Amino acid sequence: MNTTILKQHTSAADQPPAGNEIICAIDNVSKTYTGGSVALDAVSLDIRKGEILALLGPNGAGKTTLISIICGIVNASGGKVTVGGYDVVDNYRQSRGLIGLVPQEVNLEPFETVNNTVTFSRGLFGKPRNPGTIEQVLRKLSLWDKRDSQIVTLSGGMKRRVLIAKALSHEPRVLFLDEPTAGVDVELRKDMWETVRALQADGVTIILTTHYIEEAEAIADRIGVIDKGRLMLVEDKATLMQRLGTKQIRIELQDPLGRIPDALSKYELEIATSGNALIYTYDPTGGRTGITSLFSDLKSAGLVLCDVQTHESSLEEIFVNLIKGEA
Amino acid sequence: MNFHAIKAIYLFEMSRTFRTLLQSVVSPVLSTALYFVVFGAAIGSRFADVEGVSYGTFIVPGLIMLTVLTQSVSNASFGIYFPRFIGTIQEILSAPISSIEIVVGYVGAAATKSFAIGIIILLTATLFVPLRIDHPVWMLGFLVLTCVSFSLFGFIIGIWAKNFEQLQLVPLLVITPLVFLGGSFYSINMLPPLWQNITLFNPVVYLISGFRWSFFSQGDVAVGLSLAMITLFLAICLGTIMWIFKTGYRIRN
Repeated sequence: MNTTILKQHTSAADQPPAGNEIICAIDNVSKTYTGGSVALDAVSLDIRKGEILALLGPNGAGKTTLISIICGIVNASGGKVTVGGYDVVDNYRQSRGLIGLVPQEVNLEPFETVNNTVTFSRGLFGKPRNPGTIEQVLRKLSLWDKRDSQIVTLSGGMKRRVLIAKALSHEPRVLFLDEPTAGVDVELRKDMWETVRALQADGVTIILTTHYIEEAEAIADRIGVIDKGRLMLVEDKATLMQRLGTKQIRIELQDPLGRIPDALSKYELEIATSGNALIYTYDPTGGRTGITSLFSDLKSAGLVLCDVQTHESSLEEIFVNLIKGEA
Repeated sequence: MNFHAIKAIYLFEMSRTFRTLLQSVVSPVLSTALYFVVFGAAIGSRFADVEGVSYGTFIVPGLIMLTVLTQSVSNASFGIYFPRFIGTIQEILSAPISSIEIVVGYVGAAATKSFAIGIIILLTATLFVPLRIDHPVWMLGFLVLTCVSFSLFGFIIGIWAKNFEQLQLVPLLVITPLVFLGGSFYSINMLPPLWQNITLFNPVVYLISGFRWSFFSQGDVAVGLSLAMITLFLAICLGTIMWIFKTGYRIRN
């Protein structure tokens, strides 16, 4: 089985290091819906085996369309997708067998029991009945006690977990979670993140779409930003935060300051609106940050410090800057 | 072939039947029993024999067909429309199964259910009227073919329907009149000559005629013609379904 798909333009020099095997390759995928609206515009993306990739973007950006094309629910207008080396159109049986999909909407047969619904999904994906696996999945998602309950009697959070159980019932290698925490309270969201991390530990590759930036920040290894059908960037989370992020130090002073003393004019300093704090902005990736000399110059200038806080740009700020920059 | 998937769909659909046993089985059987009581036993006894059999007995094949046709269409159309309505169709579309397997699962379950209902009605009929079956194998053959082809037809309706109203429309406005005017309650020889010709455009005439032949060795049209017509109908439905899956009509964007 050919599980390593490298893009044609990848030269030996920039080949991913070992362990960065590509499990899902999206090449130049476009989608124009009948009526002419362009949902995806030439999207190319390689998803690495075992990673958690978050696709971030506003509503209507094309996230769900992309997932739907990979899973076979929507036909692409152009381009090619392979999963585990199998083309999603020509070898759909093999590719879909590797995929589990947790849809955005809670679509469940209301009057079936949890156990039957999950067992159905396993069969549908071509696996023989195996009550042991179903039990394992249900226990992992704390649904075992509810196995004989009708779906209609479950709470919203449980229904979402049933969707995950269905997606996991056939032991997929790639799991797509389409906005798994939309409309889910904070507690359940944290539970969901833990579930996702546990799945990653089992070797499952996870792609989740979200418009909650803190979600991507909390659990993703890599982040892709989609807007208006275009993939604007894909980066390791850490690199992304570093590349686009700056840090600030807020230095609280004992006495308010009217203007920045001349001795400190060489630094990127601002006086906070309150007047008794200085804000120093610096690039944490630049090697020398200038913090040491700043503090010694502050002392020489005779300023008395009360408190020091650092602030790192959040993904949200990065994201907003990115979308704004585009517009 | 993904047999596990076919089995999963089939069992899931059958479990819906068992969950709603009263509505799916008891109600059609009860309403047909009422026909037997009224037309067979009460009024029927005053009617002259039709083609050598008592009226009560004569209507048995037609009544079975009436219920089997309506049940096949409504079961199969609901079976595929409901997942579309609640969105679980997405899971079916994302599963590693071919269109043929989807159809076999859904249509198989719908046809099984209407076949079972047909047999139950047949057994019920024996309680009310004396019955003989000259060609039992043909009888079962016609029953199976009818269940399958009208379940396929129902499947198409379930894909086509945009709402519950449209889902009800075809069984109500098309199937019921065709069956009533297709000779369920009379032999078409009893009609004026003009209507005898017009009625030949009704496909259900051939089904009922063939089915009735398997009971009493006589029908309105030749049994070979009946068989040919039902096979043609089956082929048209299969062709339409293949087209639906090829183009993704109403199911895949």
